[in-house]
Amino acid sequence: MSKKEWPLWEVFIRSKAGLNHKHVGSLRAADAEMAIDNARDVYTRRSEGISIWVVPSAQITASDPTDADALFEPANTKIYRHPTFYDVPDGISHM
Amino acid sequence: MNKELFEYVLRVGDDSLILGQRLSEWCGHGPILEEDIALTNIALDLIGQATNLFEYASQIEGGKRSADQLAFLRFDREYRNLLLVEQPNGDFGDTIMRQFLFDAFRKPFFERLTFCTDMQLSGIAEKSLKETKYHLKHSSEWVIRLGDGTEESHNRIQNSLDSLWRYTDELFFENDVDASLLNEYHLPILSDVKQEWIKNVENVLNEATLTIPNNNWQFKGGREGLHSEHLGKILAEMQYMQRAYPNMEW
Repeated sequence: MSKKEWPLWEVFIRSKAGLNHKHVGSLRAADAEMAIDNARDVYTRRSEGISIWVVPSAQITASDPTDADALFEPANTKIYRHPTFYDVPDGISHM
Repeated sequence: MNKELFEYVLRVGDDSLILGQRLSEWCGHGPILEEDIALTNIALDLIGQATNLFEYASQIEGGKRSADQLAFLRFDREYRNLLLVEQPNGDFGDTIMRQFLFDAFRKPFFERLTFCTDMQLSGIAEKSLKETKYHLKHSSEWVIRLGDGTEESHNRIQNSLDSLWRYTDELFFENDVDASLLNEYHLPILSDVKQEWIKNVENVLNEATLTIPNNNWQFKGGREGLHSEHLGKILAEMQYMQRAYPNMEW
């Protein structure tokens, strides 16, 4: 028996209408159709979702952790990018 | 008590119970984690169907026996399930082929049962149909991939088909129980179900490059309580706790 493994898939679930798909984990499957079936069985058994996306893990390009300083450090010193300097008038709810 | 209706509900319930019990044997033994969960999900769906059907059967019987007693305390001759569903799991291909041949029957059967005039039965059919549609999708996808996969997978699932085909005529077994209920309750006409079954089975098997065996020898008896030796072993395991510790609960 060969030990060749099926490709890895990343699974994204939309928990309810209006929300975005969120990464929930990964699984192995022979093809996209089976990946959807497997995701349904593994990740939505407790009514976690109403829509599933699967993406071949090989298709994901990730940032290099050793680049973290160059990528993310500059944002740390720019707190003015957060809209936290406004006074919200009384009577405005849901902010 | 309506004896015929009781018998009819037991048939549907016993198919679900025994196949659910069979599939649950895969728990922890699936070929991959994803499939282990898929098979046990299906097992749970089937046990859920059996629970609903036995609760209804218990009502029809006037509460003489509870749903649990119907499930766990009958003797083998009193079970009305198909011979197909009691066949051993074998390898993964055997399990998938058994499931496919059964699901392809159950879907058109439940579709028609939703129109029956007995509200309980049509309600159970409606809920079960949703589950069955997924079961059929799952088993069909696998039959296609195993059949049209490697030489090894093709040969093995062709063997599964060859050995299980002889249990398929029984899917459409009818006797005077059906005859007496058919008109009053608008139950599924099994010859119609068979037409849809064979069409769907042929489509999937064609896509899977599998061949229906020529051998026309067919077994039956399950619907009348005459089972293969396998049912006794299933019941021995399934009923052990209730027999050893009567009325135990957990």
